[in-house]
Amino acid sequence: MVGRAGRHPRAALGTVSGFVGEQRDMRDGREPTGAPRDAAFFRHWLTAVAEAVEEEADRLTELDSAIGDADHGTNMRRGLAAAVSAVEEERPPTPGAVLVLAGRTLVSTVGGASGPLYGTLLRRTGKALDDAPEVDLGELAGALRTGVDAVARLGGATAGDKTMLDALLPALDALGDGLDAAARAAEKGAGDTVPMRARKGRASYLGERSIGHQDPGATSSALLFTALARTARAADGEGGTP
Amino acid sequence: MTAQPQVGLVLVSHSREVAESVARLATGLAAGGATAPAVAAGGTPDGGLGTSAELIADAARRADRGAGVVLLADLGSAVLTVRTLLADGDELPPGARLADAPFVEGAVAALVTASAGADAAAVAAAAEEAYTYRKT
Repeated sequence: MVGRAGRHPRAALGTVSGFVGEQRDMRDGREPTGAPRDAAFFRHWLTAVAEAVEEEADRLTELDSAIGDADHGTNMRRGLAAAVSAVEEERPPTPGAVLVLAGRTLVSTVGGASGPLYGTLLRRTGKALDDAPEVDLGELAGALRTGVDAVARLGGATAGDKTMLDALLPALDALGDGLDAAARAAEKGAGDTVPMRARKGRASYLGERSIGHQDPGATSSALLFTALARTARAADGEGGTP
Repeated sequence: MTAQPQVGLVLVSHSREVAESVARLATGLAAGGATAPAVAAGGTPDGGLGTSAELIADAARRADRGAGVVLLADLGSAVLTVRTLLADGDELPPGARLADAPFVEGAVAALVTASAGADAAAVAAAAEEAYTYRKT
Protein backbone atom coordinates (compact mmCIF):
# COMPACT_ATOMS: atom_id res chain seq x y z
CA MET A 1 0.00 0.00 0.00
CA VAL A 2 1.37 3.38 -0.97
CA GLY A 3 1.55 5.92 1.84
CA ARG A 4 -0.50 8.95 0.92
CA ALA A 5 -0.42 10.99 4.09
CA GLY A 6 0.35 14.14 2.13
CA ARG A 7 -2.70 13.63 -0.03
CA HIS A 8 -5.16 13.13 2.74
CA PRO A 9 -8.11 15.44 2.12
CA ARG A 10 -7.84 16.91 5.59
CA ALA A 11 -4.18 17.62 5.03
CA ALA A 12 -5.10 19.46 1.85
CA LEU A 13 -7.85 21.34 3.55
CA GLY A 14 -7.05 22.24 7.08
CA THR A 15 -10.20 22.23 9.16
CA VAL A 16 -13.67 22.33 7.74
CA SER A 17 -15.88 23.97 10.29
CA GLY A 18 -19.09 22.50 8.90
CA PHE A 19 -18.37 19.05 10.27
CA VAL A 20 -17.56 19.65 13.89
CA GLY A 21 -21.21 19.47 14.88
CA GLU A 22 -21.78 16.12 13.27
CA GLN A 23 -21.95 13.94 16.35
CA ARG A 24 -24.21 16.30 18.22
CA ASP A 25 -26.50 16.59 15.21
CA MET A 26 -26.62 12.84 14.71
CA ARG A 27 -27.73 12.46 18.32
CA ASP A 28 -30.54 14.96 18.12
CA GLY A 29 -31.88 12.97 15.19
CA ARG A 30 -33.20 15.86 13.15
CA GLU A 31 -33.77 15.24 9.45
CA PRO A 32 -31.52 17.35 7.27
CA THR A 33 -33.58 19.94 5.41
CA GLY A 34 -33.93 20.43 1.67
CA ALA A 35 -32.83 24.06 1.99
CA PRO A 36 -30.95 25.79 -0.85
CA ARG A 37 -27.22 25.01 -0.78
CA ASP A 38 -24.36 27.07 -2.16
CA ALA A 39 -20.93 26.29 -3.64
CA ALA A 40 -19.32 26.04 -0.19
CA PHE A 41 -21.80 23.33 0.76
CA PHE A 42 -20.85 21.29 -2.27
CA ARG A 43 -17.16 21.64 -1.47
CA HIS A 44 -17.95 20.42 2.05
CA TRP A 45 -19.92 17.51 0.61
CA LEU A 46 -16.90 16.43 -1.46
CA THR A 47 -14.71 16.70 1.62
CA ALA A 48 -17.14 14.52 3.56
CA VAL A 49 -17.14 11.95 0.74
CA ALA A 50 -13.33 11.99 0.69
CA GLU A 51 -13.22 11.47 4.46
CA ALA A 52 -15.70 8.60 4.27
CA VAL A 53 -13.72 6.97 1.46
CA GLU A 54 -10.53 7.46 3.47
CA GLU A 55 -12.13 5.66 6.41
CA GLU A 56 -13.59 2.92 4.23
CA ALA A 57 -10.69 2.57 1.78
CA ASP A 58 -9.48 -0.73 3.17
CA ARG A 59 -12.99 -2.18 3.13
CA LEU A 60 -13.58 -0.99 -0.46
CA THR A 61 -10.34 -2.59 -1.56
CA GLU A 62 -11.19 -5.77 0.32
CA LEU A 63 -14.59 -5.98 -1.41
CA ASP A 64 -12.86 -5.30 -4.71
CA SER A 65 -10.26 -8.01 -4.11
CA ALA A 66 -13.08 -10.56 -3.90
CA ILE A 67 -14.58 -9.79 -7.33
CA GLY A 68 -12.43 -7.10 -8.95
CA ASP A 69 -8.81 -6.04 -9.14
CA ALA A 70 -8.38 -4.81 -5.57
CA ASP A 71 -7.79 -1.16 -6.40
CA HIS A 72 -11.13 0.51 -5.71
CA GLY A 73 -10.24 1.93 -2.29
CA THR A 74 -6.86 3.21 -3.44
CA ASN A 75 -8.28 4.67 -6.65
CA MET A 76 -11.22 6.42 -5.00
CA ARG A 77 -9.06 7.80 -2.24
CA ARG A 78 -6.53 9.23 -4.69
CA GLY A 79 -9.24 10.68 -6.94
CA LEU A 80 -11.31 12.28 -4.20
CA ALA A 81 -8.28 13.76 -2.46
CA ALA A 82 -7.32 15.36 -5.78
CA ALA A 83 -10.91 16.55 -6.36
CA VAL A 84 -11.08 18.16 -2.91
CA SER A 85 -7.72 19.87 -3.45
CA ALA A 86 -8.85 21.16 -6.84
CA VAL A 87 -12.14 22.67 -5.64
CA GLU A 88 -10.53 24.16 -2.52
CA GLU A 89 -7.81 25.77 -4.58
CA GLU A 90 -10.01 27.09 -7.37
CA ARG A 91 -13.16 27.75 -5.32
CA PRO A 92 -15.58 27.61 -8.28
CA PRO A 93 -18.42 30.09 -7.68
CA THR A 94 -21.46 27.82 -8.13
CA PRO A 95 -22.53 24.33 -7.04
CA GLY A 96 -22.53 23.23 -10.68
CA ALA A 97 -19.00 24.49 -11.29
CA VAL A 98 -17.77 22.73 -8.13
CA LEU A 99 -19.14 19.40 -9.34
CA VAL A 100 -17.88 19.85 -12.92
CA LEU A 101 -14.34 20.54 -11.68
CA ALA A 102 -14.48 17.61 -9.24
CA GLY A 103 -15.72 15.30 -11.99
CA ARG A 104 -13.02 16.38 -14.40
CA THR A 105 -10.40 15.80 -11.71
CA LEU A 106 -11.71 12.29 -11.03
CA VAL A 107 -11.53 11.37 -14.72
CA SER A 108 -7.91 12.51 -14.90
CA THR A 109 -6.62 11.08 -11.61
CA VAL A 110 -8.34 7.78 -10.79
CA GLY A 111 -6.86 5.40 -13.40
CA GLY A 112 -9.61 2.75 -13.07
CA ALA A 113 -13.19 2.47 -14.29
CA SER A 114 -14.43 4.42 -11.27
CA GLY A 115 -12.71 7.54 -12.68
CA PRO A 116 -14.84 7.93 -15.79
CA LEU A 117 -17.95 6.61 -14.01
CA TYR A 118 -17.84 8.91 -10.96
CA GLY A 119 -16.36 11.67 -13.10
CA THR A 120 -19.32 11.46 -15.45
CA LEU A 121 -21.75 11.37 -12.51
CA LEU A 122 -20.39 14.58 -10.98
CA ARG A 123 -19.72 16.39 -14.24
CA ARG A 124 -23.16 15.72 -15.72
CA THR A 125 -24.85 16.53 -12.43
CA GLY A 126 -22.88 19.77 -12.30
CA LYS A 127 -23.74 20.69 -15.87
CA ALA A 128 -27.41 20.08 -15.16
CA LEU A 129 -27.23 22.55 -12.26
CA ASP A 130 -26.02 25.15 -14.75
CA ASP A 131 -24.88 28.39 -13.08
CA ALA A 132 -27.44 28.60 -10.30
CA PRO A 133 -25.77 30.18 -7.23
CA GLU A 134 -27.82 27.95 -4.89
CA VAL A 135 -29.78 24.76 -5.45
CA ASP A 136 -32.50 23.21 -3.32
CA LEU A 137 -33.12 19.51 -2.81
CA GLY A 138 -35.58 19.23 -5.71
CA GLU A 139 -33.14 20.85 -8.13
CA LEU A 140 -30.30 18.66 -6.90
CA ALA A 141 -32.47 15.55 -7.25
CA GLY A 142 -33.27 16.43 -10.86
CA ALA A 143 -29.61 17.08 -11.69
CA LEU A 144 -28.48 13.86 -10.00
CA ARG A 145 -31.01 11.98 -12.12
CA THR A 146 -29.32 13.42 -15.22
CA GLY A 147 -25.91 12.40 -13.87
CA VAL A 148 -27.01 8.87 -13.00
CA ASP A 149 -28.64 8.45 -16.42
CA ALA A 150 -25.29 9.42 -18.00
CA VAL A 151 -23.49 6.83 -15.86
CA ALA A 152 -25.98 4.17 -16.95
CA ARG A 153 -25.41 5.05 -20.61
CA LEU A 154 -21.63 5.14 -20.24
CA GLY A 155 -21.41 1.74 -18.56
CA GLY A 156 -24.38 0.20 -20.36
CA ALA A 157 -25.68 -1.14 -17.04
CA THR A 158 -29.18 -1.34 -15.61
CA ALA A 159 -30.63 -2.01 -12.16
CA GLY A 160 -29.72 -5.46 -10.88
CA ASP A 161 -26.40 -5.77 -12.75
CA LYS A 162 -24.47 -5.50 -9.44
CA THR A 163 -23.03 -2.05 -10.11
CA MET A 164 -23.00 1.40 -8.54
CA LEU A 165 -26.44 1.94 -10.09
CA ASP A 166 -27.88 -0.48 -7.53
CA ALA A 167 -27.11 2.09 -4.83
CA LEU A 168 -27.64 5.24 -6.89
CA LEU A 169 -31.07 4.42 -8.34
CA PRO A 170 -32.78 3.56 -5.01
CA ALA A 171 -31.20 6.67 -3.48
CA LEU A 172 -32.65 8.88 -6.24
CA ASP A 173 -36.06 7.29 -5.82
CA ALA A 174 -35.97 8.03 -2.08
CA LEU A 175 -34.73 11.63 -2.35
CA GLY A 176 -38.30 12.89 -2.37
CA ASP A 177 -38.52 11.66 1.23
CA GLY A 178 -35.40 13.55 2.25
CA LEU A 179 -31.65 13.10 2.49
CA ASP A 180 -31.70 10.59 5.35
CA ALA A 181 -34.14 8.41 3.42
CA ALA A 182 -31.88 8.59 0.37
CA ALA A 183 -28.81 7.62 2.43
CA ARG A 184 -30.66 4.66 3.93
CA ALA A 185 -31.90 3.56 0.50
CA ALA A 186 -28.37 3.77 -0.94
CA GLU A 187 -26.93 1.66 1.89
CA LYS A 188 -29.71 -0.88 1.54
CA GLY A 189 -29.17 -0.90 -2.23
CA ALA A 190 -25.45 -1.60 -1.75
CA GLY A 191 -26.28 -4.46 0.64
CA ASP A 192 -28.80 -5.83 -1.83
CA THR A 193 -26.01 -6.40 -4.38
CA VAL A 194 -24.68 -9.35 -2.32
CA PRO A 195 -26.90 -12.04 -3.92
CA MET A 196 -26.68 -10.49 -7.40
CA ARG A 197 -24.64 -11.91 -10.24
CA ALA A 198 -22.32 -9.31 -11.81
CA ARG A 199 -23.14 -8.48 -15.42
CA LYS A 200 -20.74 -5.59 -16.01
CA GLY A 201 -17.05 -4.98 -15.58
CA ARG A 202 -14.33 -7.35 -14.55
CA ALA A 203 -16.57 -9.04 -11.93
CA SER A 204 -18.85 -10.25 -14.74
CA TYR A 205 -16.11 -12.65 -15.88
CA LEU A 206 -16.61 -14.49 -12.60
CA GLY A 207 -20.19 -15.38 -13.48
CA GLU A 208 -21.84 -17.32 -10.64
CA ARG A 209 -18.79 -16.82 -8.43
CA SER A 210 -19.58 -13.12 -8.16
CA ILE A 211 -22.65 -14.05 -6.10
CA GLY A 212 -22.27 -13.61 -2.35
CA HIS A 213 -20.03 -10.53 -2.48
CA GLN A 214 -21.12 -6.92 -2.03
CA ASP A 215 -20.32 -4.72 -5.01
CA PRO A 216 -17.53 -2.23 -4.21
CA GLY A 217 -18.92 0.42 -6.59
CA ALA A 218 -22.36 0.28 -5.00
CA THR A 219 -20.67 0.52 -1.60
CA SER A 220 -18.74 3.67 -2.52
CA SER A 221 -21.85 5.13 -4.18
CA ALA A 222 -23.71 4.77 -0.88
CA LEU A 223 -20.98 6.87 0.75
CA LEU A 224 -21.95 9.77 -1.55
CA PHE A 225 -25.42 9.84 -0.05
CA THR A 226 -24.50 9.22 3.58
CA ALA A 227 -21.98 12.06 3.25
CA LEU A 228 -24.62 14.28 1.63
CA ALA A 229 -27.04 13.77 4.53
CA ARG A 230 -24.27 14.36 7.06
CA THR A 231 -23.11 17.54 5.31
CA ALA A 232 -26.65 18.90 5.14
CA ARG A 233 -27.25 18.14 8.81
CA ALA A 234 -24.03 19.91 9.74
CA ALA A 235 -24.95 22.93 7.60
CA ASP A 236 -28.44 23.08 9.12
CA GLY A 237 -26.85 22.92 12.58
CA GLU A 238 -24.83 26.03 11.83
CA GLY A 239 -28.09 27.90 12.07
CA GLY A 240 -28.76 29.10 8.56
CA THR A 241 -32.00 27.20 8.21
CA PRO A 242 -34.80 26.10 10.55
CA MET B 1 3.99 21.06 -50.68
CA THR B 2 2.75 18.81 -47.93
CA ALA B 3 0.84 15.63 -48.66
CA GLN B 4 -2.78 15.21 -47.67
CA PRO B 5 -2.84 14.75 -43.87
CA GLN B 6 -3.46 11.20 -42.63
CA VAL B 7 -5.75 9.99 -39.88
CA GLY B 8 -3.85 9.23 -36.67
CA LEU B 9 -4.32 6.10 -34.58
CA VAL B 10 -4.27 5.97 -30.76
CA LEU B 11 -3.95 2.61 -29.00
CA VAL B 12 -5.32 2.67 -25.45
CA SER B 13 -4.51 -0.31 -23.25
CA HIS B 14 -4.32 -1.03 -19.53
CA SER B 15 -0.70 -1.92 -20.15
CA ARG B 16 2.00 0.29 -21.58
CA GLU B 17 3.72 -2.78 -23.05
CA VAL B 18 0.55 -3.98 -24.78
CA ALA B 19 -0.17 -0.57 -26.31
CA GLU B 20 3.40 -0.10 -27.50
CA SER B 21 3.68 -3.64 -28.82
CA VAL B 22 0.42 -3.44 -30.75
CA ALA B 23 1.55 -0.13 -32.26
CA ARG B 24 4.81 -1.80 -33.36
CA LEU B 25 2.94 -4.88 -34.60
CA ALA B 26 0.53 -2.82 -36.71
CA THR B 27 3.37 -0.71 -38.10
CA GLY B 28 5.38 -3.82 -38.90
CA LEU B 29 2.50 -5.69 -40.54
CA ALA B 30 1.67 -2.67 -42.67
CA ALA B 31 5.19 -3.14 -44.06
CA GLY B 32 6.58 -0.22 -46.00
CA GLY B 33 3.10 1.21 -46.31
CA ALA B 34 2.71 2.39 -42.71
CA THR B 35 2.97 6.14 -42.97
CA ALA B 36 0.09 7.12 -40.68
CA PRO B 37 0.99 7.62 -37.01
CA ALA B 38 0.12 4.94 -34.43
CA VAL B 39 0.65 6.31 -30.92
CA ALA B 40 0.47 4.19 -27.75
CA ALA B 41 -1.37 5.31 -24.60
CA GLY B 42 -0.90 2.40 -22.23
CA GLY B 43 -1.10 2.05 -18.47
CA THR B 44 -0.74 4.79 -15.90
CA PRO B 45 1.88 7.57 -15.99
CA ASP B 46 3.99 5.70 -13.41
CA GLY B 47 4.06 2.59 -15.60
CA GLY B 48 1.41 0.61 -13.71
CA LEU B 49 -1.64 -1.15 -15.08
CA GLY B 50 -4.64 1.12 -15.62
CA THR B 51 -5.86 3.98 -17.74
CA SER B 52 -4.69 7.57 -17.83
CA ALA B 53 -6.84 10.30 -19.35
CA GLU B 54 -3.74 12.47 -19.58
CA LEU B 55 -1.73 9.90 -21.52
CA ILE B 56 -4.69 9.37 -23.88
CA ALA B 57 -5.11 13.10 -24.52
CA ASP B 58 -1.38 13.50 -25.02
CA ALA B 59 -1.22 10.57 -27.47
CA ALA B 60 -4.21 11.95 -29.38
CA ARG B 61 -2.51 15.31 -29.76
CA ARG B 62 0.61 13.64 -31.07
CA ALA B 63 -1.37 11.43 -33.49
CA ASP B 64 -3.39 14.35 -34.85
CA ARG B 65 -2.17 15.50 -38.27
CA GLY B 66 -5.30 17.45 -39.02
CA ALA B 67 -7.40 14.65 -40.49
CA GLY B 68 -8.86 13.32 -37.27
CA VAL B 69 -7.90 10.62 -34.79
CA VAL B 70 -9.28 7.10 -34.35
CA LEU B 71 -8.87 5.49 -30.94
CA LEU B 72 -8.91 1.79 -30.13
CA ALA B 73 -9.24 0.61 -26.54
CA ASP B 74 -8.84 -2.78 -24.92
CA LEU B 75 -11.08 -3.24 -21.84
CA GLY B 76 -13.13 -1.67 -19.05
CA SER B 77 -11.67 1.59 -17.89
CA ALA B 78 -9.77 2.12 -21.15
CA VAL B 79 -13.07 2.06 -23.05
CA LEU B 80 -14.93 4.09 -20.42
CA THR B 81 -12.23 6.74 -20.19
CA VAL B 82 -12.14 7.28 -23.96
CA ARG B 83 -15.92 7.42 -24.10
CA THR B 84 -15.98 9.93 -21.26
CA LEU B 85 -13.37 12.13 -22.92
CA LEU B 86 -15.34 12.02 -26.17
CA ALA B 87 -18.67 12.79 -24.50
CA ASP B 88 -17.69 15.52 -22.12
CA GLY B 89 -14.29 16.98 -22.54
CA ASP B 90 -12.32 19.17 -24.84
CA GLU B 91 -9.16 17.16 -24.22
CA LEU B 92 -9.33 15.24 -27.51
CA PRO B 93 -8.80 16.84 -30.92
CA PRO B 94 -11.89 17.63 -33.01
CA GLY B 95 -13.03 14.67 -35.08
CA ALA B 96 -11.65 12.08 -32.65
CA ARG B 97 -13.65 8.86 -32.53
CA LEU B 98 -13.57 5.51 -30.75
CA ALA B 99 -13.66 2.44 -33.00
CA ASP B 100 -15.79 -0.45 -31.74
CA ALA B 101 -13.15 -2.95 -32.76
CA PRO B 102 -10.93 -5.80 -31.58
CA PHE B 103 -7.73 -4.26 -30.30
CA VAL B 104 -5.01 -6.08 -32.22
CA GLU B 105 -6.79 -6.94 -35.46
CA GLY B 106 -8.52 -3.55 -35.51
CA ALA B 107 -5.23 -1.71 -35.08
CA VAL B 108 -3.68 -3.45 -38.08
CA ALA B 109 -6.71 -2.82 -40.30
CA ALA B 110 -6.98 0.80 -39.19
CA LEU B 111 -3.31 1.60 -39.75
CA VAL B 112 -3.26 0.10 -43.22
CA THR B 113 -6.40 2.04 -44.13
CA ALA B 114 -5.17 5.29 -42.61
CA SER B 115 -1.84 4.96 -44.42
CA ALA B 116 -3.76 4.61 -47.70
CA GLY B 117 -5.20 8.06 -47.08
CA ALA B 118 -8.73 7.13 -46.02
CA ASP B 119 -10.79 9.48 -43.85
CA ALA B 120 -11.54 8.86 -40.15
CA ALA B 121 -14.91 7.22 -40.83
CA ALA B 122 -13.32 4.73 -43.24
CA VAL B 123 -10.45 4.03 -40.86
CA ALA B 124 -12.89 3.31 -38.00
CA ALA B 125 -15.02 1.16 -40.31
CA ALA B 126 -11.97 -0.87 -41.35
CA ALA B 127 -11.11 -1.49 -37.70
CA GLU B 128 -14.70 -2.49 -36.93
CA GLU B 129 -14.81 -4.88 -39.86
CA ALA B 130 -12.06 -6.86 -38.19
CA TYR B 131 -14.82 -8.34 -36.00
CA THR B 132 -16.27 -10.13 -39.01
CA TYR B 133 -13.16 -12.22 -39.59
CA ARG B 134 -13.95 -15.57 -37.89
CA LYS B 135 -11.14 -17.77 -36.67
CA THR B 136 -12.99 -21.08 -36.59
